[in-house]
Amino acid sequence: MNGYAGKILRINLSDHTYKTENLDHEKALKYIGGRGLGSRIMAEEVPPTVDAFDPKNKVIIATGPLTGTPAPAGGRYMVVTKSPLTGTIASSNSGGYWGSELKFAGYDLLILEGKSPKPVNIFIEDDKIAFKDAGHVWGKIVSETTSILAEEAPDKAKILCIGPAGENLSKISAVMNDINRAAGRSGVGAVVGSKNLKAIVVKGSSRPKIADSEKLKEVVKESRGKIKDNGVTGQGLPTYGTAVLVNIINEGGVFPTNNFQTTYFDKAENISGEHLAENFLVKRESCFACPIACGRYAKADEIEGGGPEYETIWAFGAACGIDDMKSVIKANYWCNEMGLDTISAGVTIAAAMELYQRGKITDEEIDEGLSLKWGAADSLVSWVKKMGRREGTIGDKMAEGSYRMAEHYGMPEVSMAVKKQELPAYDPRGIRGQGLQYATSNRGGCHVRGYMISPEILGLPQKLDRFAIDGKAEWVKIFQDLTAYIDSAGLCLFTSFAIDAEGYAKLTNAVLGTDFTQEDLLEAGDRIWNLERDYNLKAGIDPSQDTLPRRLLNDPIPDGPSKGNVTRLEEMLPKYYEIRGWTEKGIPKPETLEKLSV
Amino acid sequence: MEIKVRLFATLRENRGKELMLTLPEKATPADVINELDIPKADVAILLVNGRDGDFNQELNEGDVVSIFPPVGGG
Repeated sequence: MNGYAGKILRINLSDHTYKTENLDHEKALKYIGGRGLGSRIMAEEVPPTVDAFDPKNKVIIATGPLTGTPAPAGGRYMVVTKSPLTGTIASSNSGGYWGSELKFAGYDLLILEGKSPKPVNIFIEDDKIAFKDAGHVWGKIVSETTSILAEEAPDKAKILCIGPAGENLSKISAVMNDINRAAGRSGVGAVVGSKNLKAIVVKGSSRPKIADSEKLKEVVKESRGKIKDNGVTGQGLPTYGTAVLVNIINEGGVFPTNNFQTTYFDKAENISGEHLAENFLVKRESCFACPIACGRYAKADEIEGGGPEYETIWAFGAACGIDDMKSVIKANYWCNEMGLDTISAGVTIAAAMELYQRGKITDEEIDEGLSLKWGAADSLVSWVKKMGRREGTIGDKMAEGSYRMAEHYGMPEVSMAVKKQELPAYDPRGIRGQGLQYATSNRGGCHVRGYMISPEILGLPQKLDRFAIDGKAEWVKIFQDLTAYIDSAGLCLFTSFAIDAEGYAKLTNAVLGTDFTQEDLLEAGDRIWNLERDYNLKAGIDPSQDTLPRRLLNDPIPDGPSKGNVTRLEEMLPKYYEIRGWTEKGIPKPETLEKLSV
Repeated sequence: MEIKVRLFATLRENRGKELMLTLPEKATPADVINELDIPKADVAILLVNGRDGDFNQELNEGDVVSIFPPVGGG
């Protein structure tokens, strides 16, 4: 089988057994792999109404057909499961080197079932699978777990694990790999933790078969050339990383500050990508087969590690009114060590700060020596650690994410989340397509299900008026569908700044020997989108949740370059439902599901 | 008239972060980049007072022009 490894490894954690199954090639081509195929298997095997922490929930770790091939930035894998944060289907994506290694070991997907009676690690070396006691690493932070297991593993094995946050069932915990790469969102780490699984160590010796190696060489050369020549992927991201967005988004007055109360941060320069590069950057880092190398490795005092990324800088920075880059770098580091989603962690602290501002959290509840005042940089790291370990009254509530915490204090509207998942670093009141995208994302508040920032702010592939309504539904659908394909193929979304759907079709065909057109890829994305939607509806996530926090719908931006605007979601949503082939109420029509053969 | 220019990323090299330019009435962002010796091809995002700008629009006293090279992320 070309591209695919051709095998699924099904692991039963309850009795520590496993079996391998052949990949259904026809189904794989229909759902591509990664997010799409993982979601398809979830729909077949896991009842949508299952509780995320029920042993009947499964964790599907899925590579795509291009993972581990020479295709540029083809090192991604997905963690697909039922989310404890949102109640939707979750698929969280990560880079690094673990995903490609799983493919090299001969597997497209791992399906993790049941619950281990006690903490366990899984070691995979090609067809040798071993279950080993994890008592000695349970409770340990990610870097320590990784070093200990590296000693027990074959040379150059790759390690995926959860941190204390996942063990403690934090609903905003991540699955970590290669120490500082994260399948970050939707609380996937907690589902792994609920199964008493600490780590998966993998080492592989094979390489995926390529349908037409000569053709692939030619197509890879062409796409690498496009990546190099593109200003964003060839210069911007390599030089400054994602953090370069801080100033751009702030200059447009859409940089949410103090938990989205304002949208222009007058101290943004202190947390900018330029400031990071000049003062804290140690080196760049790249993932498997990636010519972009957007990864940062930064140092602040005694702390050094991977990151921070733009979203993280914003979440711990402007969202909390903080302009101290050292504290942001340290908070990012401790999120990685605890295995926490940096976006949700930062936005949850920001929500706690607003609850304090509004008198809902009182001084008596706050741990001694800590602060929840806007700009309280010195407390950031402590809050992250307490969240990860569920220490103290506030830390324990923060571990549940902003929505449940704010609901506890009787002010759920303070949670800047969609479907209970915290929003990222772009205020949709001044970027209207992004607002529609947030509201309709199948995993709740998220920017990488359809990155409308690209056309609405960056002008790629063409510049759209960010305040316009017309045409946005169509753009959002195309971005969501193409992204679903990229996520399923095993590629990094950042390649899409330089490569278009036709380029992806060429790469895919050279690897798989298929003759997909760009329309076929978009149709596969549309199919995946509808499958996820169908699963969510069956899980009880009704379309009334296709909305945004009240503040973004009702309160005009108070000042700055985007002053006076609200999101105007209600003007875009009907059109979006219509072009999706859904009813006015947001339910996929039977003929739509039939046409896409979901 | 006085125009404030804010530069970002690589455009800061040898130019600085923020400058005040004195330009004749009816000057445009095209005049700004000429003055600063920034090739048009290096400008990916042009904002005037935080809103999408045009190279040929007339600027007014006190306007803020922000100029970015191609950058992105997420």
